[in-house]
Amino acid sequence: MQLSKTDTDVLEGRRGEGARMAMRIVVRLAEACGAEKLMDVTQAHIDGCGLLSQASLEFAEALAAGGAKVAVPTTLNMGPLDLQNWRQFGVPEDFAAMAIRQGRAYHDMGCIPTWTCAPYQGYLTPRFGQQIAWGESNAVVYANSVLGARTNRYGDYMDICAAITARVPEQGLHLTDNRRGQFLVRLVGFQGEQLRDETFYPAFGHLLGPLAGERIPVIEGLPPDASGDALKALGAAAASSGAIAMFHAVGLTPEAPSLAAAFHGGEPEETIEVRPADVQAAVADLSTARDGEALDAVLVGCPHFSFDEFRRLAELIRHQRGTSAVDFFVLTGTQSHALALRHGLLDVLAGFGAKVTLDTCMFHTPLLPPHARTIMTDSGKCAYYAPGELNVQVAFGSLADCVRSAVAGRVCRRAAR
Amino acid sequence: MTRRLAGRCIIPGEARGAALVSRRPLSFWGGLNPATGEIVDRHHDRCGEVVTGRVFLLPGGKGSSTASGCLLESVRVGTAPAAIVTRSLAPILALGAIVADELYGRTVPMVLLDEESFGSIEDGETVTVEADGTVTVEPADTTT
Repeated sequence: MQLSKTDTDVLEGRRGEGARMAMRIVVRLAEACGAEKLMDVTQAHIDGCGLLSQASLEFAEALAAGGAKVAVPTTLNMGPLDLQNWRQFGVPEDFAAMAIRQGRAYHDMGCIPTWTCAPYQGYLTPRFGQQIAWGESNAVVYANSVLGARTNRYGDYMDICAAITARVPEQGLHLTDNRRGQFLVRLVGFQGEQLRDETFYPAFGHLLGPLAGERIPVIEGLPPDASGDALKALGAAAASSGAIAMFHAVGLTPEAPSLAAAFHGGEPEETIEVRPADVQAAVADLSTARDGEALDAVLVGCPHFSFDEFRRLAELIRHQRGTSAVDFFVLTGTQSHALALRHGLLDVLAGFGAKVTLDTCMFHTPLLPPHARTIMTDSGKCAYYAPGELNVQVAFGSLADCVRSAVAGRVCRRAAR
Repeated sequence: MTRRLAGRCIIPGEARGAALVSRRPLSFWGGLNPATGEIVDRHHDRCGEVVTGRVFLLPGGKGSSTASGCLLESVRVGTAPAAIVTRSLAPILALGAIVADELYGRTVPMVLLDEESFGSIEDGETVTVEADGTVTVEPADTTT
């Protein structure tokens, strides 16, 4: 392993014990992965602040107590607590106290309190080609694919170590050659309106994950006006069912102006055709609950709701009439929330009975009422993880179906097109 | 017959246990309950099994970047697998094992095998992992 003079200084403890532990972890990971040297990163996003466990707290406090400070601008992923409203959600005091301690350790290390899993839709969005160290599987996919920034899938705790040392193993998606598309996914037989259906993107992502494994797919046939929110939903679902870190979409993502550019002039190792029936099967695979089943809660905002999604939800609520008969949770970050507030959308949501939570995630904070047995979501990622993590049945459907079902108090989905 | 397989050591350590063979990658977060060691991902082929004390044959990692956090917590509470044998480098799991060693001085040895060697190990066989990456496999006792 080649190390710079600065790396060696940090390893010898000249920047304190915290930085030394961080550098030791970076070097050991580089060795485990077979990297020959380290390289600089200029920005980081921390996922390790989200899970709350005794170990995660001890790790963060060990670094902070060792005087570690981040060396590059560093944003925080969602955390284990809605820092403003946790009492109204009935979060136990001891859990909250532990979460606040963990948050303080990351603040003390100099992280920016963004507390969102959609950091690409807020403050400090990375620029094209920027070398960054990001955690949070959905954010990694978005940064590489949609922004053209460069990061590997960094796990919890490596993210903060990279932020403290500003160093990562020189390998993987940081290097141009490794960003070449590997196989082609061709969308065949879709009508325009099927590609505008809200359930298409998460369902397609869900089926893409296992097809890709760790490979980079090149997708042909997505509409050039697909929104950032649609690509967010696609990437989040694919990074749940698979290990995807990057995709190219021809004519849509910045490193794929053409098919040839996406493959760096080479040939795809495989071509897979995806048809509407495949996507319908993926929609079905994301649900364990049936139409008509009684519903306990609706969860939207996984990844965190954007301003546009707030606007769309408010429109649907106005159109639907009636109020939610079940707990309706909207998860978001403070920045989208501020825009929605200024636009007057939050009053519409409150009138419907929706509860907006900030900074956190249904998987990391005790948000769901203990009696909840069946939930509904428009998120492929949430639908993938909910049965195992929350021990509930899940129905996957469009945002419109979520609103309709919330009013009815049971799962009711419009027939698939 | 006992077989010796040459692997690449990712996280050095020694361990022995019954093989738990899975055919699909798993996200340790959202896929494993660190309090009990149980696989809880309904999309995974070994959902419902407990990894604790087993040599977990996992083709690779996937899913959440919090997988390292769940492996770390499972080491802390003692529900982790005895070792993890993969056929695709799983950096997020390797990271969890490295941090566990830094923080608690305990870890989960990890070895990378080629596809053929990985595929040759059957569920329930006794697997010994050595610090240099050698994997020894003894057939499950069939006399009982």
